[in-house]
Amino acid sequence: MSEINKANKLPRHPMPEQDPKVRARNFDEVPFGYSEETAMAEAGRCLRCKKPKCVEGCPVNVKIPEFVGLIADGDFLAAAHKLKETNALPAVCGRVCPQESQCESRCVLGKKGEPVAIGRLERFAADYERAQAKMELPAIAPSTGRKVVVIGAGPAGLTVAGDLIKLGHQVTIYEALHKSGGVLVYGIPEFRLPKAIVQAEVDYLKALGVEIVESYVVGQIETVDELLERYDACFIGTGAGLPVFMGIEGENLNGVYSANEYLTRSNLMKAYRFPEYDTPIVKGKRVATFGGGNVAMDASRTALRLGAEKSYIVYRRSEAEMPARNEEIHHAKEEGVELVLLASPLRLLGNEKGWLTGVECIRMELGEPDDSGRRRPVPIEGSEFVLEIDTAVVAIGNGPNPLVPSTTPDLKTNRWGNIDASLETGATSMTGVFAGGDIVTGAATVIEAMGAGKKAAAAIHRYLEEN
Amino acid sequence: MNRIVAKEEFSRNPGVKMMQIEAPGIARKAKGGQFVVFRLDETGERVPLTVADTDPEKGLVTIIFQEVGKSTMALGALEVGDCLADFIGPLGRPTHMDDYGTVLCVAGGIGIAPTHNIAKALKAHGNRIITVMGARTKELLFWEDKMRALSDEIYVCTDDGSYGIHGLVTKVEQELLEKNRESGEIGLVIGIGPPIMMKFVCKTSEPFGVKTLVSLPTIMVDATGMCGACRVTVGGETKFVCVDGPEFDGHQVDFDEMMKRQAIYLEQEKVARELYEKEAGCCGECGGDRQ
Repeated sequence: MSEINKANKLPRHPMPEQDPKVRARNFDEVPFGYSEETAMAEAGRCLRCKKPKCVEGCPVNVKIPEFVGLIADGDFLAAAHKLKETNALPAVCGRVCPQESQCESRCVLGKKGEPVAIGRLERFAADYERAQAKMELPAIAPSTGRKVVVIGAGPAGLTVAGDLIKLGHQVTIYEALHKSGGVLVYGIPEFRLPKAIVQAEVDYLKALGVEIVESYVVGQIETVDELLERYDACFIGTGAGLPVFMGIEGENLNGVYSANEYLTRSNLMKAYRFPEYDTPIVKGKRVATFGGGNVAMDASRTALRLGAEKSYIVYRRSEAEMPARNEEIHHAKEEGVELVLLASPLRLLGNEKGWLTGVECIRMELGEPDDSGRRRPVPIEGSEFVLEIDTAVVAIGNGPNPLVPSTTPDLKTNRWGNIDASLETGATSMTGVFAGGDIVTGAATVIEAMGAGKKAAAAIHRYLEEN
Repeated sequence: MNRIVAKEEFSRNPGVKMMQIEAPGIARKAKGGQFVVFRLDETGERVPLTVADTDPEKGLVTIIFQEVGKSTMALGALEVGDCLADFIGPLGRPTHMDDYGTVLCVAGGIGIAPTHNIAKALKAHGNRIITVMGARTKELLFWEDKMRALSDEIYVCTDDGSYGIHGLVTKVEQELLEKNRESGEIGLVIGIGPPIMMKFVCKTSEPFGVKTLVSLPTIMVDATGMCGACRVTVGGETKFVCVDGPEFDGHQVDFDEMMKRQAIYLEQEKVARELYEKEAGCCGECGGDRQ
C-alpha cells in the first residue's frame, strides 16, 4: 500500500463545533478547536513531503511540514514558534484563511482522499501558545536607526510591521479606528474570529517593539507627504473600506445597511451587547442580505444572532457560483440562513416613515459565461416577487478607501481608485512609499493582504539598505 | 491626551455645554467646517461634533454640545481634568474658502458653534460677515460676544421674544435677502442648526438664487467613509456626509429623507438615556451632571 493510501486510511479529523441551533443565537466562536490528542493524530497524517506543495500554496510560505511535524511530536510551543517565523498572525490565519483553495488544495493526500487539516493545526498551535501565556519573542536584529511608518493596522500593515521590526527598523503604525486589526476587528464577526485573539496578535507586535497609534486618521491629521518628513519609508495598507451600494430605489430607507456598517456596529462597536455598549443596531425580524461572498455569510449569520426570525441571502446566481468559502455557506445554512438563489433585487420598498418593508426581486437564469468565467445571470421577464423584510444588508463588495490617495497628489491610482503598486514589491509611483492589500488589489482575503505585506516588507528593507 | 481643560455650562435645561479639549494635532490641523468624533470610554459610541473653535498655539479644540442622549449627557457630566477615550479628527472637508463678498451666516441653537469656526475662517479670508443667530429662548443663546466680534453686522433673535428680535432666524434672513436684491453683495448663505431650520433657511434663500451651504448632522459610525451610515441624497445622488461633506449645497439636499434617517435609533436612544439617568440616580432634569 502506498504511503498516501496508508495516511488516508486515517480520515481527516473533524473539529468539534457548537450545535447549530444553539450557536445561531450566541456570538461565541463556532468551532471549539482540536484537543492535543486529535491535533497529534491529525498531524501524524502528514507525509512530510520532501518537496512540499502545500508551502507553495501559502501566500506567506509558512513552513508547513515543519510545524505540523512538531505537533505530531507533541512539541506544540515549538510548532507555534515555527509558524511565527513566517506568519505574524497564525491564530487569525488558522481561522479565516481559505485553506481549501490554498495550502490544503496542494496536499498530496487530497488527491485520493482528504488533505491534512493544516488550518486547524495552525489554529491549534497558535491557541496552545496563547493559552500557555508563554509568548516567546524572536530575536530582533540590532537597530538600524531607520524609521518606517505604516498606515492602517489591518492584516497587511500588521504583517509589514512584524517583519520590519524583526529586521531592526523602528516601526510606527497609524490606525484610523480606535482599535487595531482592520477588517479583523470591524468586519469578521466574533463567532468566526474572537476579538481577544486579534488583540493578542496585536499585543505580540507591541511586545516586539512596534508603536501603534490608534484614532489617527492619516490623510486628515497628517498627509503621507508630511509623514515622509519624519520617516524613511512608508507602507499604505488602508484597505477596501468604501462600501458599494446597489444603486437601486429605496437604498436610503431606514433599516438598509451596508455590510460594513452592519458588521462594524456589531463587531467593532459591540452593538449586539446594547445597551451595555452604547452603539445601537436595528435588530430586524426579517433580514435579507444581498451578495454571495464571505461578508454576506457573516452578515446573514450576524442577523440570526441579533434575533432575526428569518435571515435570507439573496444572490443572483446559483449556490455553485457563490464566492464564499464552502465552509461558510455550510455553516450559514446549518444555522438556518435561507438562500434565495437566482434572484436579484430591483427596488427596496418602504412606508411613509421611511422604514424598509420589503424588497422586490426578479428571478434569474444562468446564461453564457462572462469575463469571470462564471455563467452570467439573466433576468426572467415577468418573474418579479416581493420578499417582506424589515432589514437589508448590502454585501456586494467594497471599493478602496479614498482618504489617503485623495490627499497624496503624487500617488498614482487606477480608474477604480486603487493604488498603482507592484504586486511583487508594493512599490508605488512615489519613492519610499509602498502599498499592499485591498487598497491595491481590491477586496481580497486576509492572507493575500498578509502575503502582499510580506513582499512589501522585504522590498522596504532592501530600499532602506540601499538608500 | 484628550484631557478636558475647560468647561462652561451655557444652559441648564436643556444642558448646553462648552468644553476645551487638549488635542494639539487636531488644533493645528482643523479648519472651519471640519468635525471631530469623540468616544467616552470602552463601551462608548462614536459621536461626531463640529469644531466650534481651535487654539493651535495652546493645542486646544473647543466643542459645544447639547445634552440630548446618553453620550452627550455623560460627556457633560465629565469635569476639567477628565479624559476622553478618543478624540479623533479633523474629519470631513473644510469649508471651501473663496471671495464671496458678503457671507450671510444663519445660525440656530447649537448650530452657532460650527458657524463660529466657519465664519472666523471666512472672515480671515477677507469676506464680510453678516450673522443672524437665534434660539428658541434666551437661555439657549451663547457666544453672542464672539459672533459679534467677527461679524460686520449681527442680528440676534429668539423664537419666544425673550431676547433680541422676536421671531425665527429665517424671518431676518428673508428681510436681508430682500434688501440685498439690488446690491447683490451677499454671495453665500450658510445655514447651520437643527435640520428643520436648515431646510427653511434653504427654502428662504432659494427664490433669491443665492448659493446656500448647510452642515449636516447625520448619524455616523467610523466617520472616515467606511460605513455609509451618514448617507444623504444631494442632487439625486447619494453622498457620504463624513467624507464628501459635512457641507453641501442646501438647495440640493433631500432634508425630508435626512430627517427620517435621523430617527432610526430614537427607540434605542430612549432606552440608553433612561438607563443612564437611572444609573446616575437623577431625574434627567438637570442635564445629568448632578449625581
